[in-house]
Amino acid sequence: MIKDVVSLGLPVGEELIIRKNSIKGTGKDNGKRICIVTGTHGDELEGQYVTWKLNRILKKNIDKLHGTVDIYPANNPLGISTIYRGIPGYDLDMNRMFPGNAHTTEFDYVVKRIYEDICGADLCVDIHASNIFLREIPQIRINEISTEVLIPFAKTMNMDFVWIHSSATVLQSTLAYSLNEAGTPTLVVEMGVGMRITQDYGNQLIDGLLATMKKMGMWEGEEAPTKPPIISTDGHVGFVNADSSGLFLPYIKHGKRVRKKELIGAVVDPLDGAVKEELESPINGFVFTLREYPVVYDGSLIARVLGGSNNDTGSTF
Amino acid sequence: MIQEVLFETDALPYRQKIPVYGFRFGGEEKTIAIMGAMRGDEFQQMYICAKLVRRLKELEEKGVISNRYGIQVIPTASQFSMNVGKRFWPVDNTDINRMFPGYDEGETTQRLAANIFKVLRGHRYGIQLASFYIPGEFLPHVRLMNTGYTKPDDGYLFGLPYLVMRTPKPYDTTTLNYNWQVFETDAFSVYTKATDKLDEESAKIAVESILRFMEKKNILKQADMGDGADTAFIPENEMSNIQTSTSGLFRPRAKAGDMINENDEIAEIICPYTAEVKEVIKAQCSGRVFFVRHAEAIMEHDLVYRIVPGQSDDI
Repeated sequence: MIKDVVSLGLPVGEELIIRKNSIKGTGKDNGKRICIVTGTHGDELEGQYVTWKLNRILKKNIDKLHGTVDIYPANNPLGISTIYRGIPGYDLDMNRMFPGNAHTTEFDYVVKRIYEDICGADLCVDIHASNIFLREIPQIRINEISTEVLIPFAKTMNMDFVWIHSSATVLQSTLAYSLNEAGTPTLVVEMGVGMRITQDYGNQLIDGLLATMKKMGMWEGEEAPTKPPIISTDGHVGFVNADSSGLFLPYIKHGKRVRKKELIGAVVDPLDGAVKEELESPINGFVFTLREYPVVYDGSLIARVLGGSNNDTGSTF
Repeated sequence: MIQEVLFETDALPYRQKIPVYGFRFGGEEKTIAIMGAMRGDEFQQMYICAKLVRRLKELEEKGVISNRYGIQVIPTASQFSMNVGKRFWPVDNTDINRMFPGYDEGETTQRLAANIFKVLRGHRYGIQLASFYIPGEFLPHVRLMNTGYTKPDDGYLFGLPYLVMRTPKPYDTTTLNYNWQVFETDAFSVYTKATDKLDEESAKIAVESILRFMEKKNILKQADMGDGADTAFIPENEMSNIQTSTSGLFRPRAKAGDMINENDEIAEIICPYTAEVKEVIKAQCSGRVFFVRHAEAIMEHDLVYRIVPGQSDDI
């Protein structure tokens, strides 16, 4: 059943409506609820494919669903409809406004209503797609303070790896942080690249979602084989940033292994044909993030390399 | 006055190298720093700094600036954005004022923040000319972030009508003001009523308030700045916020600075098709209008007024 989570009048003759599809299974209700949320950043579309396909699978197999799946395809419909990452007109990043506030601005109110609607679920999966600058392999990001609760869910999500990162203060205003703090377990998925859809990644995540729902006793439909993720912390990640401005040309493919000091790519100057710098991998590992957008400035992130594993799943690389 | 290039952003080959200039006055001690624009629409903040540089140059020629205490003014670090009409860093839309204390091996705006903070860190006093993320008109005021390191009494020395205390939210912890305080600088944010337009009157008020503060701290000798206005202290969360309950064209009646009574009609929301009045916005309390939203058309549930509650002309 499609429901309005929140609606507000736009200035001239339109309404801003955030919708969800609340799908209640006809199988025996085990009282559980999972929320699949995406579209907080208007330029991230990978989650659109996932929610479309998940809707179809659940609709076709409604008798095999025990409990409720709430699908929120577009937290920021104005952003998606205008190809804009933040909230158009305000230059605000919606994922830095949670848990919101009913007594300040209209968008603080919107995020508060979304947050309250999800609160209390047994699991929330917040799907992101990097931005237009970087391409990411399918991964889950977990704040270190939520590790104990979230790792058991993350292990069955069929993602390539789980990145446990430190608790930077800026992350405290995200949907995931706010929900985890309120006791609603929330996983952040990052995969693909902005403004594009990578169907293989989307299918991989859907298999993981169904496997996780099965583990939660919410799903008895068909299940594809899934693989355990590599689990890693900040200490195992090497960063490569440009130290000059120009055009980035990669020498390697995304998702490939590299050795320490192996060249990842070059920053070149189209004006005079110069190679301004060549960028090396700081560690042995595999490139899980790679620059997609070619124009770079001093400091632009070029690559992230996963150089170690403390996983307890037996998975290595 | 010493004008120097503090650092440059390498934007070649598409743009030329972009310098950030600093203007130094007085002695060698790192006594006070004033930071202007960090966003591409903060023309008023840059203008205030430019006027301050001009006044300080005149005062220096008159021998009014202490030879001991040093003054650093950075009018802008956001010309990359200003010159292309963008508010934030144009490439990835990140906000320099959400990147402090910066990271010199990080991404572009983290590096910019690190370069700025390298110059600004270590001063005894820090003043940022700040802007609000919602377009609107403020009464001039000094704002302090309640970090536990704050010294509110010094906020009165500006002689501005209001001293506002803000309880920081998580995202405030990456602002210049917050990090100045963490690194033992007494930090203040000065707000005037404009951001993307030059407002002569409030620019003058801001410049005089900063010079007054310097005089009270003996950085300037006998600059004759006077005491300024009587300053009212107000915690930000004690202001009354007024929101719309419908959308349409916004026609404000009450202006910033007006005294209003409870139930006064202070604005209307008009139907954009028929000009019928959809909502009459009434004051929820008596007091002085502190903030008025600037917008021709407005959404439902938008913040349109902030009122300092009270009955007397003292507020």
